[in-house]
Amino acid sequence: MEREQEYVLRTVEERGVRLIRLWFTDVLGQLKSVAITPAELDTAFSEGVQFDGTAIDGFSRVHESDVLARPDATSFELLPWAKEDEPSARMFCDISNLDDTPFAGDPRQVLRRNLDEARTHGYSFFAAPEVEFFYFASGDPALGKPQPLDHASYFDLTTADVSSDLRKRTIHMLEGMGIPVEYSFHEDSPSQHEIDLRYTEALDVADNIMTLRLVVKKIALERGTYATFMPKPLNGVQGSGMHTHLSLFKDGENAFHDGEHPYGWSATARRFTAGVLHHAREITAVTNQLVNSYKRIAETSEAPPYVAWARNNRSALVRVPIRRVGKPESARIEYRAPDPACNPYLAFSLLLAAGMRGIAEGYELPEETNINLFDLDDAARHDMGIEPLPRSLDEALDVMERSDLVRKTLGDHIFEWFLRNKRTEWSEYQSQVTPFELERYLPSW
Amino acid sequence: MEPLLVFPEPVAPELAQALDIGGWPWKGAADIDAARRDEPADGWVGAIVMATHTVGMGGPVGPAGLDGALRFCRAIRNGDINVDSVLLLVNGGQLSELDPREDLFDDFCLHPFQPIEFETRLKHLFRRSGRAEDIDLIEYGPLAMNLETYQAVIDGKPLDLTYMEYELLKFLAAHPGKVFTRETLLNRVWGYDYYGGARTVDVHVRRLRAKLGEEHAGLIQTIRSVGYSFGRSRWV
Repeated sequence: MEREQEYVLRTVEERGVRLIRLWFTDVLGQLKSVAITPAELDTAFSEGVQFDGTAIDGFSRVHESDVLARPDATSFELLPWAKEDEPSARMFCDISNLDDTPFAGDPRQVLRRNLDEARTHGYSFFAAPEVEFFYFASGDPALGKPQPLDHASYFDLTTADVSSDLRKRTIHMLEGMGIPVEYSFHEDSPSQHEIDLRYTEALDVADNIMTLRLVVKKIALERGTYATFMPKPLNGVQGSGMHTHLSLFKDGENAFHDGEHPYGWSATARRFTAGVLHHAREITAVTNQLVNSYKRIAETSEAPPYVAWARNNRSALVRVPIRRVGKPESARIEYRAPDPACNPYLAFSLLLAAGMRGIAEGYELPEETNINLFDLDDAARHDMGIEPLPRSLDEALDVMERSDLVRKTLGDHIFEWFLRNKRTEWSEYQSQVTPFELERYLPSW
Repeated sequence: MEPLLVFPEPVAPELAQALDIGGWPWKGAADIDAARRDEPADGWVGAIVMATHTVGMGGPVGPAGLDGALRFCRAIRNGDINVDSVLLLVNGGQLSELDPREDLFDDFCLHPFQPIEFETRLKHLFRRSGRAEDIDLIEYGPLAMNLETYQAVIDGKPLDLTYMEYELLKFLAAHPGKVFTRETLLNRVWGYDYYGGARTVDVHVRRLRAKLGEEHAGLIQTIRSVGYSFGRSRWV
């Protein structure tokens, strides 16, 4: 038995843990959990926990329905919200086939495979996401338009306090679970908040995002409110994004840094960025996977729809943050398209794969774009060689379907399942008559 | 851990082998001057003194070996060099002569030794000295770590740690006041060329501090452009 597993077994015993939750993620990025008792833990480590995956989104297959959850002992963490007399804990799992090969439908295994691939070239991949979300009075669509907690009103001060208290409690709990928070603050829109996680290795970051989404929702529920990561829940105010900072490390050094370059940007960083830009349109269906995601991208604010990069231009898809002198380890790029409703394992896999292809094939980085792209029309942008991101899920799926990079990165199983699932989502949406149409057309036609 | 001092040099092959297999680092010394020359800054963790060999010659001998060994032990007790605890190796014939000199060593072991007995005595002795890494309990101020049960408490409250957080804290707390570079921590705690590189160490230190809580986060100090150290600096 490995020492990590021995540590978990002993801790479960010593702390009187009653229930161990085995966490994994479906293809759409929803957290799933199987609970086991301490008595089963030993076997769970040695043999895995077998279950029927048919009902899990993206797990069903033709020939075999059972899969194995293999708990990752290094992710063992006591759950701070468990009752004191009933301590419980969680571990993230990798999903395997019964013959112990990685299961092709498991997003965590997909990210692992892509990280391993990058590692064969000496690179480890780090990410830091800025997660935005809203607090509402309720999450029930039957109650109509969602009501922000700190909507300007009579009780402004009191209600505003509710949401900052929620955020404070959330951060406290995240820190207690070993998820370091860099910043947190109230965002532009009413009741919109942002939590920025610190830089870590991409697999940990993806695990942390899954935990963060659960913790944010859980704490809101405890206080009788509702938190949502839906990309664009309100008309007329900016939606929720997940700008993500990316960098590669090689031999313990930041591979994006080059002291000789005018703004400290290495050739590796330039090629990686070129790769991310080149494949940006192909990966958008995954970084922005909901019909609703494209309502956010359509706005002219924090969700730049143009495939371009700049050091200080918020209309560009990739921003290269200006660094303080003498901080080579913080060299990075910021990719601004993803929203917090994405599957982080798959989104990170694709960003990494796109960047790595840029490095492998020596892509040339296009010129920096220093003008405000929102001020130009399509023709002018086209002349500059600047393309827009897909404008709808439908268009994003078309672009994705033609991408060999996305197919190779996600693997056939997820690639095909995702396209099928999302095509259905789109056609269901298309067949709906929306409030917009009724308001606009019913009176005049 | 720091090496053990072994007298005399050249060290008997079976002793060297037992130490190597047990994972005990060691350094031989031919006399007290050599031991003084090689003494680590904070003294020797322990000494193994062999009475069954003559100095400089090797091979089993009689009383001359015991005299030399006891002279060496006496020099330690007089403070010529700094040693936490002393293990004496003697043969059956020498046992009767130890009686009036028991103050000169902390424990003894019959030689030729049974490797298991020898190993147990080493652990027992150097655990008591509080210096070896595989002791059962580490205590520092408000922090206590039980290495047998893998549990850590701060101010009496249990800390919820992941395995790597626990291992890192254990290593740091076992060496209070010492400064470690990120690379050293990576090698000693992660034990192999972990793919995250030195940044992994920063990430885990950040997580540990958060779990220790604001009040105790300062137990782990960042030493600018060097690395990290645990506990209050001995220079302040």
